[in-house]
Parts: sequence; C-alpha cells; structure tokens
Amino acid sequence: MTMNAIGLLHTLAALVLAPLLPAIIARTKARFAGRQGPPLLQGYADLGKLFRKGTVLSRTATWVFLAGPIATCAALATTLAFVPLGGLAAPVSFGADLILVAYLLGVARFVTVLAALDTGSSFEGMGGSREVLVAALAEPALLIGLAALARFTGHFSLGPMIGSVTGPAWLAGAPALALVAAAVFVVMLAENARIPFDDPNTHLELTMIHEVMVLDHSGPALALVHYGAALKLWIFGALLAGIVVPVRTANPWIDGAAALAGIAAIAVVIGVVESTRARVRLRSIPQLLVGAGALSALAMILVLG
Amino acid sequence: MNLTLVFLVLTNLLLLASGRLSTCIRIVAAQGVALGLLALSTGRPGLSIGAIALSLVSILLKGIVFPTLLSRAIREAQVRREARPFVGYTASVTLGVVLLLGAFGLDSRLALPRSDYPPLSVPAAFFTILVGLFLIVSRKQALSQVLGYLVMENGIFAFGLIHAREEGFLVGLGILLDVFVAVFVMGIAIFHINREFDHIDTERLSALKDWER
Repeated sequence: MTMNAIGLLHTLAALVLAPLLPAIIARTKARFAGRQGPPLLQGYADLGKLFRKGTVLSRTATWVFLAGPIATCAALATTLAFVPLGGLAAPVSFGADLILVAYLLGVARFVTVLAALDTGSSFEGMGGSREVLVAALAEPALLIGLAALARFTGHFSLGPMIGSVTGPAWLAGAPALALVAAAVFVVMLAENARIPFDDPNTHLELTMIHEVMVLDHSGPALALVHYGAALKLWIFGALLAGIVVPVRTANPWIDGAAALAGIAAIAVVIGVVESTRARVRLRSIPQLLVGAGALSALAMILVLG
Repeated sequence: MNLTLVFLVLTNLLLLASGRLSTCIRIVAAQGVALGLLALSTGRPGLSIGAIALSLVSILLKGIVFPTLLSRAIREAQVRREARPFVGYTASVTLGVVLLLGAFGLDSRLALPRSDYPPLSVPAAFFTILVGLFLIVSRKQALSQVLGYLVMENGIFAFGLIHAREEGFLVGLGILLDVFVAVFVMGIAIFHINREFDHIDTERLSALKDWER
C-alpha cells in the first residue's frame, strides 16, 4: 500500500467542490432552455437550508433509515481516497484497489436501498428494485472497462492505471481507450440517475428510479443524500476525466487543474445530453447498459489482441 | 485503418440493437462508405487506379444507390420498424459479443497466411459476415433480411480487401456486381410481395393467402 500526501488535495477538493457539479449541469440545461438558471453556488445554499430543517420520520422507520444516508456518504468519501485526479495520484492505493472501489460504490447503493425499504412505502421498494437492476447491469460494463484499462496500462491499481493514460498511450491505443471512455460515460449516466436512464427532476413515482428511493428523507438526511449524489457524480467524473484528459506533466498542480477542468467539462456534456435526449423507457434501459458492456468487451478484446 | 475496423465492429453492434428500418439502412450505408475508404488504405504503396475505382464504385453503390432503393422500398411498403424480431434487441447485442468472440476464435484456428494488416482485420470481417447471417435468420421483415444480406456482403468485401491481394480489384468488382443485381432483384421482389400481401412480414408469408380468408 502506498500513501501520497499531495493526493489528499484531491480528496479535499472533491469534498468541497462536489456540490458544484449538479449546479453546472442545471445551468447548462437552463441555457439550452433559454433561461438564466440557478447560480453556481445554489447547491451549497440548498445543503445549508436542509441542514437547518427538522426531520420527519415514518412510523415504520428504524435506525436503518437514518443510517442509510450517513453510510452512503461515508462509503463514497472512502471511495474518493482511492480515486486519482488525472496525474495527481490518489492518496491511498494498493494492488487491485479498483475492485474495492467498485464494491464501495456497491455498499453505498446497498445502504440507500435498505433505507428505502425501511420506510415501508411500496413506491420506494419499487425504486429500490429498479436501482439494483440498473446497477447489476452497469457494474459488469464498468468492471470490464476498467479491466481493459488495467490490461492496457499494465497497472491493476486505480492510481497508477489512470496516471499512465498519457498522450503517447492515446496515440498507441486510441480505439480501446475511446471505447472504455464511452462505456464509463454511459455507466456514469446510469449510476447517477441521469437522462437517458432516469430523470432527476421528475417526481412521478411510477417512472423514476433514484429519486423515488429518497422521497421519505427530509432535513439533514436529505441533505446527506444530495451531498452523496454529488460525491458519486464527482467520483465518476474524476475517473472519466482521468481517461479523456491525458495531461501528465510531472507537476501535480498542472495535472490537477487540467483534470478539474475536465470534470467541469464532463458536467457540461451531461447537461447537453440531458437537454437533447429524452429519457428512454424502463424496458430499454437494459439494452443501453448491455450496449455499454459490449463496448467494454470490445475494448478488452482490442487490448488482448 | 484500425479505426475503420473498430467502426465496422461498432456499426455491427448498433445494427443488432436498432429496430427502426431507416436507421438500419443508414448504418449499413455508413458501413459501405467506411469499407470504400478501407479499399483506399489497403492498396499497395501508392494509390493505384484500380483501388481508387473500386473505392468510388463501392461508395457510390453502397452509400447512395442501395440506401435510395431501400428507402423507397420502405416508403412503398409503409413499414417503419421491425415489429417483433425472433430474437430481442438486448439478446441480440449479447449474442453479438459472443459472435465477436467466435470470430476471434475462428481467426486463431484458421491458419491464414499472416499479412501485415492489423490483428483486428480478419476477426472484424468474420464478425461482419456472422452478424449479417444472424440478421437474416433473426428478423422477420423482408427488408431487414435484405440488410442482413448486405452486411454479410460487407464482411466478404472486407475479407476480400484484406486477403485477395493479387486480384483484389477484380474480386471486389465481382462482389459488387453480384450484390447490385441481388439488391435489385430483392427490391423488386419486396415490391411484389407487398403488392400481393399488403405486408413484407416473412413469418406471415408461411401461411397461404387463400387459407387466411
């Protein structure tokens, strides 16, 4: 296991800056609709408002319900410790830590689903089942994609793996890297409940996936749910930026700044996707995710060949 | 060149996943154009007249003539999408990945004379042929089956480009002529089927028309 003190900068930056991402997406969408959109700091204002509010609990809810958002945030913050920011290595890394990252994300999802089931509402159970379905299909796509990347770079640990996706590496294996990036992008949209998988703005219980699971949360619990969603978006954004922004100077400041710009650009791209695409029917979601898995598998074949 | 081959594989997967006929026609057309460009890049050093002619004829036929013919066919027959294929789209894509693996396996089994082409080239050609065959057996609309035939031909064309190095020009032109005649005949056949039966669903063709009444 290797520790990297300067990598802590990324963890801190992520913890502070994560609520900016949903605001960037919302602003991009507002621009497309010809509106001004919320200010970039709206996320912080919302979190502050929710933290000052009281909590309403369902009569069937137990400690599991309250533990859900806390455990989600804790798992995601732990995940952040293994995620590099482009050339800026992760604070902690050891061999095969990408499997731990995948399953820390799984833990975060699991406790969210548990909390949703704990409310005793039938809608939330439906949301939980859909979330697990989407995750079960997204996980192979992500893991095969990362495995292809590991094979390509020769590192099985997330930090060195992303660190060795350099400009020359892109020249050598552009098709495989582009396929992995595309697969990770689709998985990011699915895991973060964005269009075309799920509409984060809808509040119709019959169609939504992620939002329906957190309907019963209020006050600080809801704030933690929103914060956790922002952290998850950041984690995937950092992974994707690490692949598509191959700026690897020896200087951690330049690398980090380039990757940060990449994450912001990815948020804008998500906004563009959300403005131009419609949400697909629930039945078509597996098709999209299997497609992403096929991209990953193709990348793996290219890398092996 | 490697990019063209990856494009070929991706368009195949896309074909397996999409049910709208106009989209499928466009994908096959894009495949044809990509193959035309591939014909340019596989020639011996220096562009020969033959390679340029083959590329132009291929792009003209597959990029413009076939899509126009087929689009007219779907307009006449008024079918928009493959209603209910025998194999669903998700399963098709999954099977597509299996076929891709099979194509790689086939490549490693066959002792083809090694050429200096990228390792992806032969499996991509085999995969295209297999996807074409799969489309022919798994779709119901006559038009999808014609598209499957075209995709299979694209695969043969790609294989010919890669391995028929000496008489590549003649082989390519021969394949194109065959396909042109075939699509012409199929277009006429679809038109007649549609006029007789008011649909081009091949599954329903297995029952005689007089018996349905």
